[in-house]
Amino acid sequence: MSQVTTQPSVEQPSVDQIWEWLDAVPDPEIPVISLVDLGIIRGVEWQGDTLVVAVTPTYSGCPATAIINLDIETALRDHGLDKIRLETKIAPAWTTDWMSEKGRAKLEEYGIAPPQAAGGPERCPNCHSKNVTRVSQFGSTPCKAHWRCQDCLEPFDYFKCI
Amino acid sequence: MAATLTKDEALFQFLLRMGDNTLILGHRVSEWCGHAPVLEEDIALANTALDLIGQTQMWLGLAAEVQGDEKSADDLAFLRDVWDFRNVLLVEVPNEDFGRTLMRQFLFDAWHSIQLGHLMTSSDDRIAAIAAKASKEVAYHLERSADTVVGLGDGTAESHGFMQAALDYLWPYVGEMFSSDDVDAAMVKAGIAPDPASLRADFDALVGRVLADATLNIPESTFAHKGGRTGAMHTEHLGHLLTHMQWLQRAYPGANW
Ligand SMILES: [Zn+2]
Repeated sequence: MSQVTTQPSVEQPSVDQIWEWLDAVPDPEIPVISLVDLGIIRGVEWQGDTLVVAVTPTYSGCPATAIINLDIETALRDHGLDKIRLETKIAPAWTTDWMSEKGRAKLEEYGIAPPQAAGGPERCPNCHSKNVTRVSQFGSTPCKAHWRCQDCLEPFDYFKCI
Repeated sequence: MAATLTKDEALFQFLLRMGDNTLILGHRVSEWCGHAPVLEEDIALANTALDLIGQTQMWLGLAAEVQGDEKSADDLAFLRDVWDFRNVLLVEVPNEDFGRTLMRQFLFDAWHSIQLGHLMTSSDDRIAAIAAKASKEVAYHLERSADTVVGLGDGTAESHGFMQAALDYLWPYVGEMFSSDDVDAAMVKAGIAPDPASLRADFDALVGRVLADATLNIPESTFAHKGGRTGAMHTEHLGHLLTHMQWLQRAYPGANW
């Protein structure tokens, strides 16, 4: 009697292990946070001997999307995986609610105000003053807006809440 | 179009209309890159264009899938000529000045946000998903274009003059967004998309409110230039736009990287 057909290989890493690996892949535009922090990895599962990773785009025209897919694939190959399939998942649409607490803290440390439901930054990421004003609804990348602190006078990026 | 329009043929036309609107407007808006009056506006316009091109990839990607025969969104964007485009005339008119560009953006954003709101409940899950994604971006576009129209309309005498002239010029292009034909009838029947005419009341309420805040007068004439969304007749401007947008594929057919 043959048992070879669907037996997973003994070296197949666990899904938890893979999430950990992906949490070490930096966002190409904001390298202090990982792709997992950003909330764009929507699923990791083994389908037979193929690892399927579901990725959702932040903004539909975000030019980093292709690089992100390449980075995921490269990282997983570096860990010895060779059968990988990336799926783009647009529904449900990405929301900044999926950003991790760890990611939000790292953003602020880096000088980018994390997204707030109120629609604007809570405080200046530099001096923590709440006296901030919007310069432009758009910023250096599709996901950011341009703000300025009225106390320390530093301009800063605000990660838009969507 | 023949009376024997199949559901997939109608769906393909509908998807071209959505994708060609965002493609042509995205290209027009991108023409400002490096030319806007101030740096912040330059970045805002480039980001808006980027969102629109991103949405185009989804709409034309689905159109290509429905069409079958191994076509891609790129084939549809770069290998069709003027008569095959299905965008409304509003999005192909030249930018002219910053005021007209923002007025056009506002009129389009207002229609676009209402249309996407309906498409989020489309019977076709693929369309509902694209609409849900795009509507978040478009809500942001609308907030900005409406604010700018009010800021410039209710601004100096000079900026007011520019915005009223822009509205007078563009208003005859508004009606086409609400005209219906057999493609729309097929979409309504299948529960895929709303009848364009049914969006007019919400549009008038939204636009009326913002333009009143902007101290601008809506022209009385209801005359509407048409022909873009059916492909019957585009303005002379679309051909010029395509010579830029499609230049690479025309000069180096099949070029890839
Ligand atoms: Zn500060």
